[in-house]
Amino acid sequence: MADISVVLPSVLQPLAGGQSILTTPADGAVTVGFLLDSLAGDYPVLARRLRDETGTLRRYVNIYVNGDEVRRLRGLETEVAAGQEVVIIQSVAGG
Amino acid sequence: MGCMAIEQSYVLAIGTKKGLWLATSQDRQTWSMSGPHFLMSEVPSIGIDTRNGRTRIMVGVRSEHWGPTVAHSDDLGATWTEPEQGAIKFPDGTDAAVERIWQIYPDADSRPGVVWAGAEPISVWKSTDGGEHFELNRGLWDHPHRSEWGAGYGGAAAHSIVVNPSGDDVHIAMSTGGVYRSLDGGSSWEPRNKGISAYFMPDPNPEFGQCVHKIAADAAVEGRLYAQNHHGVYRTDDNGENWESIAEGLPADFGFVMLTHPRRAGTAWVIPLKADGERIPPDGKLAVHRTDDAGKTWKRLDSGLPQGEYNAVLRDAASVDSAEPVGVYFGTRGGSVYASPDEGEHFTEVASHLPDVLCVRAAVVSAALVPGAPVPA
Repeated sequence: MADISVVLPSVLQPLAGGQSILTTPADGAVTVGFLLDSLAGDYPVLARRLRDETGTLRRYVNIYVNGDEVRRLRGLETEVAAGQEVVIIQSVAGG
Repeated sequence: MGCMAIEQSYVLAIGTKKGLWLATSQDRQTWSMSGPHFLMSEVPSIGIDTRNGRTRIMVGVRSEHWGPTVAHSDDLGATWTEPEQGAIKFPDGTDAAVERIWQIYPDADSRPGVVWAGAEPISVWKSTDGGEHFELNRGLWDHPHRSEWGAGYGGAAAHSIVVNPSGDDVHIAMSTGGVYRSLDGGSSWEPRNKGISAYFMPDPNPEFGQCVHKIAADAAVEGRLYAQNHHGVYRTDDNGENWESIAEGLPADFGFVMLTHPRRAGTAWVIPLKADGERIPPDGKLAVHRTDDAGKTWKRLDSGLPQGEYNAVLRDAASVDSAEPVGVYFGTRGGSVYASPDEGEHFTEVASHLPDVLCVRAAVVSAALVPGAPVPA
């Protein structure tokens, strides 16, 4: 079993008890959606920052798996293998 | 020789495009500011609830990145609490998500835990626990007209909620859908727009579809409300059954603001803008207009206001407090905030160069809550 790491941007770290990386044990591939569901149990406010109540990823939240943004892959159905890293980054947006 | 104890202070909450500022004062002329709170998030709605022996500031916060939420503070912004599961969220099966909270409205003293909210997409919400959790009003959400309500320029939202403190009447206004009324505390809703123009529609007098920008109730006359429409200023004396124009005497009938006196019959304030196509103060001269006779006549109030101002004042960027005389407050999209301690006769500048002001709310609070305020002996 190997961990999957979820790397948080600094602005969201206070919502995860100050942690910059959250790890979850995995003995096989899981989807990004499953990872976010898991995260919602421990950090519900953090989870709401990432997805709205329909489960849709917020427009300016980008999630990268192995360097690829999941919208270019299979969205929240994108699989993450044990040992891989998931990086959450907000878009460059606003004024 | 004793000293005069100041037992009350004033708090002015200023929601902007990039955060919240809180101002406090003992005399409504000199203000101390704190902030920004929620930096880089817009704060389009604020409710200050002074019931239940506390001062609770509730804010609708929206981050472009991280979405909307509601937070509250019981210590004038020293700390903020956000309910873990979210205060306002659409229930399963609606396939909808909250985009922005436009209104937070504490109910009457007789219903101390009740707080209403209006949101985008067009929806009304009710909390019975002081604004910590809200429930979707299904009567409005399931209304057969909902698919025909449109979006105003700022978004499709229920932005005004007016509750009769001594009855079950609730009026709401939405852009665009117009005024809807419930006589049963919000279980069922009917449009009440007779007399309000929708000049931008093929039928300018539809049953619903008006772009009402703000409504407010006369505190002393049952059944009397005022409306600032998308062109048009109106009053009803029969609980929304009929509306009549009260725009005569104003320099323009466009604008967003409608405020009423918390106790006195017939007194209301508007802040006219030139026109739909020219959203600036008429002639670039900023002024508040007050009626003391329910709209028969209007008095221009511009003492202390800049006469060279080209920014609009948005629908919730104005407020009154409950003091005597009543304080009047507003902010501009240019980031200036003004306060009047005397019902609009004289204004002083509270702040300038803030981000666009989206919402202001003012309240009288115990001096003991305000750091630095003289504490009664």
